[in-house]
Amino acid sequence: MAVKVKEEKQPMAPVGTWAPAVALGWLIPGGGHFLLKRTGRGMLLLVAITSMFVCGLMMRGAMFQPQTGDLLTTLINVGGFVGDVAAGILYLLSVWLGYNQPDTAGHVHDYGTKFLVVAGLLNILAMVDAFEIAAGRKE
Amino acid sequence: MPKMNLSHFEAAFLFSVFTSVVMGIVTKNNDRDRVQYGAYTFICFMVALFGLGWLMYLGHG
Repeated sequence: MAVKVKEEKQPMAPVGTWAPAVALGWLIPGGGHFLLKRTGRGMLLLVAITSMFVCGLMMRGAMFQPQTGDLLTTLINVGGFVGDVAAGILYLLSVWLGYNQPDTAGHVHDYGTKFLVVAGLLNILAMVDAFEIAAGRKE
Repeated sequence: MPKMNLSHFEAAFLFSVFTSVVMGIVTKNNDRDRVQYGAYTFICFMVALFGLGWLMYLGHG
């Protein structure tokens, strides 16, 4: 008879051990990895995420505003806004420097908008990775 | 900032490269697995890209 081994739930690591890495990871893509001395991985994340965001800007992608309305409008705009903001300093710099591209028709603009959002979403993945490393769940 | 004008393929190719790099780094525990998973993700993107491209071409008639 097979014995089902229940995986033990790991206790949550203290906030002080992972919060700086996650916060720096949000501000600077790969920053959490740099803080945790994973320089190679941090550099790759920095290059990949920054390149994606810059390509999005060069394609004149639009930034989302957190508009609400029906469910789909709210989901797209608020979700897109969260994705944009998750890019950290890249988003803040582009907004502070006056980047304000209206949403226009065309496949290049459309790809640009997606590049900007996905750069932020990839940065969220990098932040989760930094959290797992800082909490001792991953090498 | 200079403007970038890419075709669908070029934009999707760039998207695949950047996404595969990040996916490879964050999902696995050692460098060998990371490289393998990054390459696997990239190949999946390419298969989907060409597959959907042909599907749309053939479906269009």
